[in-house]
Amino acid sequence: MTDTATPDTSDERVKEMSAFRKALIRPELGGICGTIIVFLFFALFAHDSGMFNSQGVMNWSVVSAQFMIIAVGACLLMIAGEFDLSVGSMIGFAGMMIAIFSVTLSWPVWMAILVTFALCLALGALNGFIVIRTGLPSFIVTLAFLFILRGFTIYFPQTIERKTIIGGVKDAAEGDWLAPIFGGKILTGLFQWLGDNGLIAVFERGTRAGEPVVDGIPMLIVWALMLVVFGHILLTKTRFGNWIFASGGDAQAARYVGVPVNRVKILMFMFTAFCACVFATCQVMEFGSAGADRGLLKEFEAIIAVVIGGALLTGGYGSVIGAALGALIFGVVQQGLFFAGVESSLFRVFLGVLLLLAVILNTYIRRMITGER
Amino acid sequence: MKNLLNSIAVVTAVVAAPLLVATSAAAEGEKYVLVSHAPDSDSWWNTIKNGIALAGEQMGVEVEYRNPPTGDLADMARIIEQAAASGPNGIITTLSDPDVLSGPIRAAVDAGIDVIIMNSGTPDQAREVGALMYVGQPEYDAGYAAGLRAKGDGVGSFLCVNHYISSPSSTERCQGFADGLGVDLANQMIDSGQDPSEIKNKVLAYLSANPETDAILTLGPTSADPTLLALAENGMAGDIYFGTFDLGEDIVKGIKAGVINWGIDQQPFLQAYLPVVVLTNYHRYGVLPGNNINSGPGFVTADGLEKVEEFAGEYR
Repeated sequence: MTDTATPDTSDERVKEMSAFRKALIRPELGGICGTIIVFLFFALFAHDSGMFNSQGVMNWSVVSAQFMIIAVGACLLMIAGEFDLSVGSMIGFAGMMIAIFSVTLSWPVWMAILVTFALCLALGALNGFIVIRTGLPSFIVTLAFLFILRGFTIYFPQTIERKTIIGGVKDAAEGDWLAPIFGGKILTGLFQWLGDNGLIAVFERGTRAGEPVVDGIPMLIVWALMLVVFGHILLTKTRFGNWIFASGGDAQAARYVGVPVNRVKILMFMFTAFCACVFATCQVMEFGSAGADRGLLKEFEAIIAVVIGGALLTGGYGSVIGAALGALIFGVVQQGLFFAGVESSLFRVFLGVLLLLAVILNTYIRRMITGER
Repeated sequence: MKNLLNSIAVVTAVVAAPLLVATSAAAEGEKYVLVSHAPDSDSWWNTIKNGIALAGEQMGVEVEYRNPPTGDLADMARIIEQAAASGPNGIITTLSDPDVLSGPIRAAVDAGIDVIIMNSGTPDQAREVGALMYVGQPEYDAGYAAGLRAKGDGVGSFLCVNHYISSPSSTERCQGFADGLGVDLANQMIDSGQDPSEIKNKVLAYLSANPETDAILTLGPTSADPTLLALAENGMAGDIYFGTFDLGEDIVKGIKAGVINWGIDQQPFLQAYLPVVVLTNYHRYGVLPGNNINSGPGFVTADGLEKVEEFAGEYR
């Protein structure tokens, strides 16, 4: 919403609206309601299952943070009126590139990461360029890249190393200056203190006995929050944010008033690729290996989170905070169903029901806002 | 607002129904969680589900089966972390990629949860992550044994239909087979994907491009069933040497019909059933077998198929 564009002084062109109604008709409303419902639900059904102890909270937080990272990119791109179906393949591809550069080619890890980021941004730009130049739907163009990138992700390691999982990144990253920014943890001192004082559980045995079961906030979560804040400010407080809305709302009208639509869209494709690369780098640094199957179906999970968060599939409408809440709901529901002991084959059923309900709810809210029938 | 309330009511009703079922079906006693790496689409794991359910019933313990829906191993790591956080007495898990899974498994062990590694992984890796034992069939060795057997039958070249190429253990089976034959794996392994018609067409394409291929090795029902159809279509059924890992209904029929020479049974039932029994007795009476348990390999041929046939896809 472009509230910022409204001048403070009264203007006869601006319709008066009550503060309550204003608060109610935000795109995030569906996300906020959903978050409350989901937490109430699991507090009721899974409160004694370990879901809300320190390990449990960390578990769904990390999963939600993963969704958030790709949802922010997907959200901004979707508001700009385009889709990116290559996100999941990009995650697999980026992870594999880092592993090949750092392990197979023995480059320093910081260089592997930076080159991979450059590669991903270039691929994002290529995606955008093809969409803009050909005028084809981004759905098709990025679907092509879904297959192309996944194919390379299997082909490269298979050709070079005769296997589909390349490990040993953790050893290669030892002492690297850039790796901890993706795979490290912060506030470890605080958590040790909490563990020492019995506020959170500690390991009972093994080499880590006495250490807290949760020993810090993973950088993954920090990245997720940073990207959400960045995306939110970019979208709601800057001129560029208005351009994103305009490009997705009506590209031709936006062009007439001087919005550089092509540049905006290509930049958004690059940003989505950047988010996918952040996801991949965090994953590779945490687990120490890259596999050809990483990131399968993540593009749809990103889109689902964004849609739950209230964005419109046709572009021009949505919010980053909503997408972040959508990611939180998605993560909490996914892990929460395990905690609640639901038969795991029913997970997709819940996912479908959740998606449908969110979209229905959001449609009603949007009609309330725009007044359309 | 009324719509919203309606939605909530619907959500609660829909979501609560299976929950109630799940809770009432739970038995009293210890709780064990089995985490696998298999995607939802892999039918072979049904035997595991049946095995663990039967063990839970017989031992009077609560058992759960968990898997990452797409087979993404990074998601599997989160599921292990989740399982550990829910505080079970023991976790039974596969170890298909130690880089990804050893961290979460070790954390679970350190948090006081007993772990048994089943199916994928090796006895050495199981020891490294601090697991009590390993129950399964060492993949490379099984492939190697199969390769030796095929070599004895006069096989010189083969096609390995790999339907799960992203799992290192699948590739190890093919590699072991190639080493057993004493040939280079090179281009004799194809990435078939999981889709039956895709697998069938890829096998047909490979065999028409390489008609001199002596043998086919499939890695489970997912790749064996479509391969059977492919061979029936191009008339090579019964002529080409056909070995497969794992059993299933169609594979058993194939063995009976003489299309498949042998199936390697790793007896997945035991991989799910035994860990529950071992863990329960360990927790109740403190007794523990002194070594790892090899559930396979056993070669199933046309002789003695009766029991296999009866329970194929269910317990075999």
